[in-house]
Amino acid sequence: MSAPAGVAMRNGERVAEAEIPVLEVDEFHEGVAGAVEAGGRIASLFGVAGPAGDALELFAVVAGAGGSLALFRAEVRGNRYPALTHHCPQAHYFEREIAEQFGVAVEGHPGLKPVRDLAAWHDGGPEPRASRFFRVDGEEIHEVGVGPVHAGVIEPGHFRFQCHGERVLHLEIALGYQHRGVERAALGGPTPRTLIQMETVAGDTTIGHATAYAQVCEALGGVEPPARAEAIRGLGLELERIANHAGDLGALAADVAYLPAAAQLGRLRGDFLNLTAALCGSRFGRGLVRPGGVGFDLEPDLAGEMRHKLDAAARGVERALALLWATPSVKTRFEGTGVLHRLQCEELGFVGPPVRACAVARDVRRDHPRGVYASAAPPVALAHDGDVAARAAVRRLEIEHSAAFVRDRLEALPAGPLRVACPSAAPRSVAVALVEGWRGEICHVALTDEAGRFRRYKITDPSFHNWFALALAMRDGQISDFPLCNKSFNLSYCGHDL
Amino acid sequence: MFRELRARIRSGHATVAWPGAPPPAPSERFRGRPEIDAGKCPDGCAACAEACPTGAIAIGAEGPRLDLGRCVFCAGCLEACPEGAIRYTRDHRLAARRREDLVIGPGAAPALATALDAELRRLFGRSLKLRQVSAGGCNGCESEVNVLSTVVWDVGRFGVQIVASPRHADGLLITGPVTTAMELALRKTYEAVPAPKIVIAAGACAISGGPFLFEREQLGGAAAVVPVDLYIPGCPPNPLTLLDGILRLLGRLEGEGRVG
Repeated sequence: MSAPAGVAMRNGERVAEAEIPVLEVDEFHEGVAGAVEAGGRIASLFGVAGPAGDALELFAVVAGAGGSLALFRAEVRGNRYPALTHHCPQAHYFEREIAEQFGVAVEGHPGLKPVRDLAAWHDGGPEPRASRFFRVDGEEIHEVGVGPVHAGVIEPGHFRFQCHGERVLHLEIALGYQHRGVERAALGGPTPRTLIQMETVAGDTTIGHATAYAQVCEALGGVEPPARAEAIRGLGLELERIANHAGDLGALAADVAYLPAAAQLGRLRGDFLNLTAALCGSRFGRGLVRPGGVGFDLEPDLAGEMRHKLDAAARGVERALALLWATPSVKTRFEGTGVLHRLQCEELGFVGPPVRACAVARDVRRDHPRGVYASAAPPVALAHDGDVAARAAVRRLEIEHSAAFVRDRLEALPAGPLRVACPSAAPRSVAVALVEGWRGEICHVALTDEAGRFRRYKITDPSFHNWFALALAMRDGQISDFPLCNKSFNLSYCGHDL
Repeated sequence: MFRELRARIRSGHATVAWPGAPPPAPSERFRGRPEIDAGKCPDGCAACAEACPTGAIAIGAEGPRLDLGRCVFCAGCLEACPEGAIRYTRDHRLAARRREDLVIGPGAAPALATALDAELRRLFGRSLKLRQVSAGGCNGCESEVNVLSTVVWDVGRFGVQIVASPRHADGLLITGPVTTAMELALRKTYEAVPAPKIVIAAGACAISGGPFLFEREQLGGAAAVVPVDLYIPGCPPNPLTLLDGILRLLGRLEGEGRVG
């Protein structure tokens, strides 16, 4: 028997639910594992409760080559099913989430630890033995617990290190402190508040998540935003990327006590945020992306002014980064620290700059382009060593590429309207949107009911994939390198906790 | 070393001159303190209130009243209003000492934040150490708080510093709607700050729950857990708005200018 192929679709499209065959769980596993073996990657995998809250369905979106997405669906009978993780390791964290959200027994999963349920780390979840923190015993072994409240101005999360001296044997990350109920709140929507909440899924990725949400609404409503709006969205998304990369490179410099670059990059990050504010009044891009288009125009005068400021800020970043890269004490700390391996990225399906720093060319803008990226995707930035230095190098390259992209848009914006009306959503449909946010792939999936209201809204922030990558990168590293390693990923707590 | 010195000289002085000089102009499209002209409101119109995603607008006898503590500055009310009765000014001054002072009606003068009492001012006026607690914040407010410590705003020049431990702090600066999962950690952090202590709630979430105010996973802001001394609206508040509020609380800024 050949494995089912799944329903083929593309980024920003919708399919009628009736067109998606309901597979048996073993067929679903074969289909998803087969698509992954053929070079695909699980972009999202989640459960959907039936109308009465009894039946459970599984949905998987596998991102394949050539811009194709494959959608799989299965029905779980009874309160248990065999783990997909057994066939396909990159399902492991998604299945932890499914077990936690639906109380279903995922049989044969190697470690059903909590995802957001903090009490379960102590009280035990469905499998109390599996859900406790790992603990290494032995002479001279010690445990370091950090958080939820950290020393810096940063979101809350709890980290537990098992250490032998300075050496980290294992890092376990317990999240969930930031859970605000974003996905639950979207049910029955969309409402005007849904959009405001999507803009704050991860506040430093406002344009990324708002774009994914808008694409979902547009797919469900059956409209395309005007070309001018797509170009302005892309410009906003790349400004968001530059600001965050510049800020993080500055923070990396601060973590190794190289203050000249830290001070400059801290200031320059603000200059990029101010460019976004010039466009839409908000340094974080609030109000810029609207379903059907954008909320603000970019007139020629403003474009000229932004171009001038962009050039000045980009030159400043180049100078600060030249200092950083020319300093041997910085290199020594960056190189060989927090190494992630290419095989881990491929097997576990990580995303964003950390995988590109392992020479894995994975970028939604090139692989699943939408809007302006269909014709103008920036080159994929790659480095090879998988360490802090490589992640910094990828971010440096991406700043250059994104600045060039923004310059091109400022010079030649397509004419036309800013926004079209976004009709109400098609009933009983599924829409998928992928956006390459500055941390990596953002995936939004929406399912509608008979009236076109959301009956399930699944958000996969890149951080959901990559927190585990941080834990792997810390293995056998020094605990004193944790801040540096952490900052090189700079993952979102609220984007994970939702 | 010479490379660094050359770069340093080239970059010049980046710290804003404010409050000694006028504040840096926010962008043309900056959405600051809203202004309501109820004279333009047609009878029985509630379009703005209906459009507001966070229920920040209520229609009273004298016209719309807008709660800055809930406002996320999304401009939904502007788009909904057929008459242009609501507009955003570029006034960055939004902070207030009392929750009720954040509710603004038509034509009312802003109730700007007042200073702490003389004893607290004596203690904190020239040296205020704050511990930041994010309790469901989206990293918007947190990022803008971080900006205060950059060379551009340099809060250190006012003796204000974000410190790593509540034991070293004079107070808390809280962001986020306070998720139920963070309630205990926030309470413990507050208790760990030696008295006398102050609390600043920064951003719509920490004041009211913001975009999440109707969700059961959060408590509706910092005041549900600890007493709040200063509210700074915004989503997120601009660094200028944040610093304006903190300096007014310390009695270092009154009206338009600098006190000392």
